[in-house]
Amino acid sequence: MKDYEMVIGLEVHCELQTATKIFCGCSTKFGGAPNTHVCEVCSGMPGTLPTLNKKVVEFAVKAGLALNCDITRKNKFDRKNYFYPDLPKAYQISQLYFPICRNGHVDVKTSEGMKSIGIHEIHMEEDAGKLVHDPVTGMTMVDFNRCGVPLLEIVSEPDFRSAEEVIAYLTKLRDTMQYLGVSDCKMQEGSMRADVNLSVRPVGQKEFGTRTEMKNIASFKAIERAIEYERDRQIDLIEEGGTVVQETRRWDDEKEYTYAMRSKENAQDYKYFPDPDLMPLEISEEYIENIRANLPEFADAKRERYVSQFGLPEYDAEIITGATTLVDVFETATEMTDQPKDVSNWIMTDLLKLCKDNHVAAEDMEFDGKKLGAIINLVNEGKVNRKTGRQVLEKCFTEDIDPAEYIEKNGLAQVSDTSAIEPVIKQVLDENPKPVSEFLAGSEKNFQFLVGQSMRALRGKADPQAVRTVLTKLLDEMR
Amino acid sequence: MEITQDLVRYLEALGRIELSPEEEVKTQKDLADILGYIDKLGELDTAGVEPLSHAAGRTNITREDVVINGDMQEQVLSNAPETKDGTILVPRTFD
Ligand SMILES: [Zn+2]
Repeated sequence: MKDYEMVIGLEVHCELQTATKIFCGCSTKFGGAPNTHVCEVCSGMPGTLPTLNKKVVEFAVKAGLALNCDITRKNKFDRKNYFYPDLPKAYQISQLYFPICRNGHVDVKTSEGMKSIGIHEIHMEEDAGKLVHDPVTGMTMVDFNRCGVPLLEIVSEPDFRSAEEVIAYLTKLRDTMQYLGVSDCKMQEGSMRADVNLSVRPVGQKEFGTRTEMKNIASFKAIERAIEYERDRQIDLIEEGGTVVQETRRWDDEKEYTYAMRSKENAQDYKYFPDPDLMPLEISEEYIENIRANLPEFADAKRERYVSQFGLPEYDAEIITGATTLVDVFETATEMTDQPKDVSNWIMTDLLKLCKDNHVAAEDMEFDGKKLGAIINLVNEGKVNRKTGRQVLEKCFTEDIDPAEYIEKNGLAQVSDTSAIEPVIKQVLDENPKPVSEFLAGSEKNFQFLVGQSMRALRGKADPQAVRTVLTKLLDEMR
Repeated sequence: MEITQDLVRYLEALGRIELSPEEEVKTQKDLADILGYIDKLGELDTAGVEPLSHAAGRTNITREDVVINGDMQEQVLSNAPETKDGTILVPRTFD
């Protein structure tokens, strides 16, 4: 058998985090009752006119600059015509002739080193509505709430040669969008969707093979499996003397195979033409440069800085910069405490454990870094010990409480005043005559036992250093 | 471009509509007339004329990203032939 290589290109749709839809003032909020975020514009009533949402342009330019694209100065919108009930106007407003961003690239890290993936273009467009089959009536139920929600479609060059490169690229794309605050890119919730164009060719052959397209695969894991399945299917077909047909195939995640969609759904003849309802959009050099100057620091740069400036371990920096929620917590708490390594340790050992215990993905976590900062300060000032700090953090994770107030109200403050703990420790010594006499006879290990007993008697609130000091003093007096 | 009967039927398929034989004949003629008119415009000498991106001559008509629409479900559904649980019911579109 010959050696084959895959050629893959991706079309990724990211839903933008705007408050309103791309062409009307309807809310983009997720999960409303059907057709409650719909107006005459996004339901395609005759005679209505779309008006472009400013924020969509800003987000598109941000994304384009972050992905090293040229920004198109003179933009237009075009109609992509197709007839399907999820699209009330019978056309989708998109950009065919003058997409807002072109000629970009993304550098991704793979096991074989860095690789640059070309971005062919990014265009602005509107999402379609949702169709649900109704088993009772046998009909299709249509909800237009998502109809008109702004999307960026990011079209890559056919530069991928492995599933690993695809996943690395998608991860980088997602991180970039999240750092920019333009899209949360959650595949499971449909705010990031990927179409995979895949062909195979014998190694060394210049021409591309015939490609198939796999649409809307819903997770990174599924994309990886779908790519591997489709590669094997195409190679087997060619090896058996068949030919690959250019078609759209669906990935069945449960049965783990791809299948061709009906030919009718495959008919792709959208008869694009410029949308006369929308005026051209001109983007000035000044506008672009202003956005460029205000781009945030991205994951790669942040990770390097966390290691070089703060001395975090490479692994910790990687984990923290992998979710903007963790970055927020890290930077807020570091600002408050000036103890980056401490903060990183608390995140890596305690916060991530809390996420896991509460079944929350780190990127979905809603936790205010100020609380962690306050707790770390309280521990470092000796107001509470590490163990109490951890308990308070646990409380803060699920409830909206102020750490200092909570400690005060529940009497969790550490006792470091030696005069306050001395009577308690004295009593501990009285109650443990045997360990005391053994210690005095030279058995050093009994000291640790007495520290433990004292901490318990003080219900863990005492500063361990203060306990040791008092204990040493009292025992010395008994010699 | 010649408007053939096959082309008319292809457009019917794309538009998910079905025309009667009489309507097909009429549509074929109408489309040919429209394209003929456009061809006429094509005869004009436009060398040296900068392409116009829009007839209205305006640019950058945008709005702020502020929600102004509330729940209009009732009005939205009032045009639908059939509804259920807030959705519009249409003929089955799934396999
Ligand atoms: Zn609307």
